[in-house]
Amino acid sequence: MEFIKFVNVEKTYKNGVNAVYNMNLSIKKGEFVFVIGASGSGKSTLIKMLYREEKPTKGEIMVGGINVAKVKNSKVYKLRRKIGIVFQDYKLLPKLTVYENVAFALEIYGLPTDEVKKKVLKALDLVGLKSKVKSYPDQLSGGEQQRVAIARAIVNSPKLLICDEPTGNLDPDTSLEVMKVIEKINDLGTTIVMATHDREMVDKMKKRVVLLEKGKLVKDYEKGSYSNYESN
Amino acid sequence: MKAIRIFLRNIRDGFKSVGRNLSLSVASISCITITLLIVAVALVVSSNVENMTKLIKEDFTIVAFVDNSATEEQIEELQTSIKHFSNVESIEHQTKQEIASGMKDTSSELGKIIDSWSEETNPLYDTLLVKVKDTEKISKTADQIGDIELINNVQYGKGMVEDLLSVFKILEKAMIIAMVALVLVTLFLITNTIKITIFSRKREIEIMRLVGASNFSIKQPFVIEGLCLGFLGSLIPVATTLYGYSTLYSHFKGQFFSPFVKLVPAEPFIYIVSLALVILGVVVGMFGSYRAVRKYLKI
Repeated sequence: MEFIKFVNVEKTYKNGVNAVYNMNLSIKKGEFVFVIGASGSGKSTLIKMLYREEKPTKGEIMVGGINVAKVKNSKVYKLRRKIGIVFQDYKLLPKLTVYENVAFALEIYGLPTDEVKKKVLKALDLVGLKSKVKSYPDQLSGGEQQRVAIARAIVNSPKLLICDEPTGNLDPDTSLEVMKVIEKINDLGTTIVMATHDREMVDKMKKRVVLLEKGKLVKDYEKGSYSNYESN
Repeated sequence: MKAIRIFLRNIRDGFKSVGRNLSLSVASISCITITLLIVAVALVVSSNVENMTKLIKEDFTIVAFVDNSATEEQIEELQTSIKHFSNVESIEHQTKQEIASGMKDTSSELGKIIDSWSEETNPLYDTLLVKVKDTEKISKTADQIGDIELINNVQYGKGMVEDLLSVFKILEKAMIIAMVALVLVTLFLITNTIKITIFSRKREIEIMRLVGASNFSIKQPFVIEGLCLGFLGSLIPVATTLYGYSTLYSHFKGQFFSPFVKLVPAEPFIYIVSLALVILGVVVGMFGSYRAVRKYLKI
């Protein structure tokens, strides 16, 4: 079953830069997809269009039955509640504890406090940080901070987890740790779309790989690796 | 139930934010405190000036001297006809005997002379004391009364009254301009400080959006925070008004250097001013936050 579908998507920024051309892509429910490409290849634009930070100039983007291109700014939150997003720079609130950072994503829905607690602890358990609930982000290592961000992204049990270079700031060992957590989440049935530069990781994971070049989708491999494209 | 829970959490978060961003909160609160103190002083001064001019205007009286040939019935008629003038507020009749006995009390010398007067030899006139509704038209009303046949002479402090009135007019205008300017400055200063407080939390708003907070639920805690800041900022000005003005009032025994300048009684004046300060602080605080957050929400 198709969960994400790009149909003839084109994105031109206001300054005239053409970031994405004529893109067609479909991703099944529960898939794990790497989006790779050099800087400026349109990776980030593709990711941003998925969570409707950017609107496509042309075409249609369906995410779980919602036409993302048609979501109004004031209704974006409804889409965001259905997906989880993880960034390179974690985007944690420094003045909130680990628990509060994760709970934050649930409290805005008005969930009862005991239910919030249950879900937050479950998510933190999944990323292996149950012992750090009372710590503040600056007391954690980069890998731990990223795992908190992942816990926040999945605490609402989204069907889709979008990762924008989640290991970009981490050393290889820590990256692997984070990657394992994300794989675990994928095993639980969540669709994952991840933009990355981390070639070792992509090679190791043997997942579907989509290559972008100058705004175009040039290759799409079922069990791919970075080395598939080396020759290009 | 869900909405109430979100609302309560937003109140909690609004209060917490004040503490979490303490240095910026203190900056905002101090700014609000200082501007509201200035507003408080301006309110006190302008109310007192207004009170003074009002009291002085109330004292403006047209004194009309009635011809000695007038009979008592004629004087009665005079009174009723003057009462019907559109600008006449009230009228009081003083007979010449009343005036004479009033004068007797001022000195014993004068008392002896006055005692020697009989009903016929009393050189004084029966007098009508007329208060007007609109002091601006006092000269016109005085002329109208003066035109009546049985009225010998009319006096109302010609010249001085006009001068005073024009001074009051300028004073009132200046007060209004000063108050409007002050309120605008307050609005500008407070909204700007709060804006800075919130701009520094751009990231927080961005993250709230990313995890799926609706625009409304992003705004709410910030608006509540603005309310807190405004309220806390109004505390010192309110305390200063409550304590300061009552002390001032009792120190000067209700009049400012001369019995002609009466101060506005402390109660309920100080409560009204305090309430105005709190409302101004809170409303401007909320409005400032609302405006600042909006800037970071794509709408």
